[in-house]
Amino acid sequence: MHDSSTAAVPAAGHGEAHNPALLHHFVDEQQQRDASNFGMWIFLATEVMFFGGLFCAYLIYRRWYFGDFAAASKSIDALLGGTNTAVLICSSLTVVLAIWAAQTSRRALLIGTLILTMLFGLTFLGIKGKEYKDKFDEHHVPGASFSFDHVSIPGHPDQYANPRHAEIFFALYFIMTGLHALHMIIGLGIFTWLLWMAWKGRFTPEYHTPLEIGGLYWHFVDIVWIYLFPLLYLIDRHP
Amino acid sequence: MSDHSKSSPLGTYFAVWGALLVGTFVTYEVAKLDLGVYNAAVALIIATTKALLVALFFMHLKGAHEKLLKMVVISTIFFLFLLLVLSMADYGTRSWS
Amino acid sequence: MATAPVPPAAQPERENYLNKHYGVGSWLFTTDHKRIALLYLLSITFFFFIGGFFALLIRLELLTPGGDLVQADTYNKLFTQHGQVMVFFFLIPSIPAVLGNFLVPMMVGAKDLAFPRINLLSWYLYIIGGIMMLHCMLTGGVDTGWTFYVPFSTAFSNTKVIEAGLAIFVAGFSSILTGLNFIVTIHRMRAPGMTWSRLPLFIWAHYATSIIQVLGTPVIAITLVLVVAERALHLGIFDPKLGGDPLLFQHLFWFYSHPAVYIMILPSMGVVTEIIACFSRKRIFGYSFVAFSSIAIAVFGFLVWAHHMFVAGISVYAALVFSLLSYAVAVPSAVKVFNWTATLYKGSIHYDAPMLYAFGFLGLFTIGGLTGLFLACLGVDMHVHDTYFVIAHFHYIMVGGALMGYLGGMHFWWPKISGRLYPEGWARLAALIVFIGFNLTFFPQFILGYLGMPRRYYQYPPEFQVLNVLSTAGATVLGIGYLLPMIYFLWSMRYGKPAPDNPWNAAGLEWKTQSPPTTFNFEEEPVVTWEAYNYEELDAPHKEEVPVAR
Repeated sequence: MHDSSTAAVPAAGHGEAHNPALLHHFVDEQQQRDASNFGMWIFLATEVMFFGGLFCAYLIYRRWYFGDFAAASKSIDALLGGTNTAVLICSSLTVVLAIWAAQTSRRALLIGTLILTMLFGLTFLGIKGKEYKDKFDEHHVPGASFSFDHVSIPGHPDQYANPRHAEIFFALYFIMTGLHALHMIIGLGIFTWLLWMAWKGRFTPEYHTPLEIGGLYWHFVDIVWIYLFPLLYLIDRHP
Repeated sequence: MSDHSKSSPLGTYFAVWGALLVGTFVTYEVAKLDLGVYNAAVALIIATTKALLVALFFMHLKGAHEKLLKMVVISTIFFLFLLLVLSMADYGTRSWS
Repeated sequence: MATAPVPPAAQPERENYLNKHYGVGSWLFTTDHKRIALLYLLSITFFFFIGGFFALLIRLELLTPGGDLVQADTYNKLFTQHGQVMVFFFLIPSIPAVLGNFLVPMMVGAKDLAFPRINLLSWYLYIIGGIMMLHCMLTGGVDTGWTFYVPFSTAFSNTKVIEAGLAIFVAGFSSILTGLNFIVTIHRMRAPGMTWSRLPLFIWAHYATSIIQVLGTPVIAITLVLVVAERALHLGIFDPKLGGDPLLFQHLFWFYSHPAVYIMILPSMGVVTEIIACFSRKRIFGYSFVAFSSIAIAVFGFLVWAHHMFVAGISVYAALVFSLLSYAVAVPSAVKVFNWTATLYKGSIHYDAPMLYAFGFLGLFTIGGLTGLFLACLGVDMHVHDTYFVIAHFHYIMVGGALMGYLGGMHFWWPKISGRLYPEGWARLAALIVFIGFNLTFFPQFILGYLGMPRRYYQYPPEFQVLNVLSTAGATVLGIGYLLPMIYFLWSMRYGKPAPDNPWNAAGLEWKTQSPPTTFNFEEEPVVTWEAYNYEELDAPHKEEVPVAR
């Protein structure tokens, strides 16, 4: 069952020459596919720990400065945040549809869903840009021009939030969503490449591994946002 | 990658997509209610459910023919929890003395 | 020893991974795991000398109680950079990137790692990080201690913290990718018949190491990002004046940096296991115990980080928890020491150079590990934290343990890597010099620490001078011990006797390849039908022979 050849030879059991994408050190395409898939999952594990450090910092300070964090959280736009959540969810759908399209040789659908995915991604970044601009205008960007005076803590109208603690919230907000946005941009780069490969007809029902592992990456970025949204935007939204 | 079931997975994909959108909407609306400390818990439970749906169905974890990938996910979450929980051993108890 | 250094007789050299392609390009763009291992070998050796140079200056300064060789700020930079270079650019990559890269595919019966191009990328990331670090050191250096503690690093130090942090960030991804590659290779590319319980324990050790690399390194990566952001943008995440907690940095930093020490020691334990089995001509005693202990060390290693923070201001309840867990983490290491010892019992012991290093490891790692238990004890740690006791403890493990294992492994597999035999007499002498030099350098430091000499100080009370002088003398001897292998390994590449494919008659798939191996390792995919460490079988036809490479 296993080839011992070192050069590319047609694999037994296929009616056609094996895929030129099969790399020489793998025994067969199944092994290569499994290895690539497994490798991407492990990479996502490293990403979980990477973001995890930020979540750890966030959770500690949220516990310490709950009121101040709630006040700061209230000042970011939950509707935009929620919309962005929906946008990413739609983009994850288009990703799985793209993979299904590749599996069923539907080229037009494949290209269409890949383009849609990227459009959703760009929409997400656009909305994020609007949010960042709002924060900039309101002087909520940490640094020399930061100001958060006389903002009451939700539920305690007589208490003002401590601007230093609110600044920590915003520092974490920008770092966490900024890192997430960076991953989105990288994801768009990956999908540009996938789109190009799809356009060139490189994907078949037998071989579409780059789509699968690109998809895994995209879904992971979606999952990070699924957690960021309630944690950052919805600390205390009681009217 | 294991073959998908013979029946079309499209139904599942759209169902999950719908559930994710509903979950987002619910999260948003429930945040407006005053549940005290349970606000955070509810939001995180919904978020975790959504994450699980994405992982199991969109990332095809459910159909994986080996337990290996699930082990990777579980171990990673375990170690992340170690970071969060054991730091709480310090932060949660500083005020005790 | 040969009487005159004459190149070996001109038998036509077989095609192997070294002579298959020539030219700088064939090395810089290689995807052959063996060539990448050699690229790493050259790079980490270079950084070892840099780190060693800083150590030399430190020990020279400490010859006298006064601060008379360098200024205080310079001394801060010396110990900082010694630590950073040695930890991130030597120890962490050392065994995995050199011996691991070279051997893992062969030991599992594969033609290469799962992702050869990512393997090459990991080397380039290491080089980029290394160049950044070199530039940082040449243009001012960094003086925060290798631990980068805040708020000094974020708000008060006037040195190149950002550049150093970014250099380590980049190098960290090299480590992550190596670990990722190993995990996928070990899971997915084992030859038919190579079940988990037939894997060499070297593989189990590297598997455990890779888990740590993959899960721990990202946390220090994000921590360095936060430090750089705080320093560049004057944020308040760690600054107490602005509501931040400096201890948060320490929690995040040590969450990686403690498991990092297991990244440094586990591969060495794997090497030692292979050497002890081979030179006792016996299967390792308690194979499953050693295998599972490796995994246990990896897991438990993540549970103990705050033992670096006992006096930093964490709550006493957290300190109790972490102290208890730190005792627990010693257990699997002890299990391994017992198993190695039991392997030696009634074994047919051969005292070749690799075995001398393994013996050195056994003794020195045990001392280092036991003194770790001293430190895990809260009461003792109050007294010796931030003293030379801690320095001695971790050097016993890192140098007496990890580095001895690395040297032993380099000797053991040198015939395979280079196709040449090293000169055994010189190698045994060097091992002895290293052992003596090491103990002379670091044992006095235990005493110094106990007597109260703080670490990171360039001045000390005059009553400590004798011990410091002993330590510096030992360091000189140690340095000679390290130089010798450099010289004779290089010598052997031209003048050493050509090595047979299996000079030690050792077990393991890598010994079934040519010495040096061909580019794709195996002519045919091996099919494994035997258990690991089948030394009885290997020795059966040569009952009375001494299977050494003479």
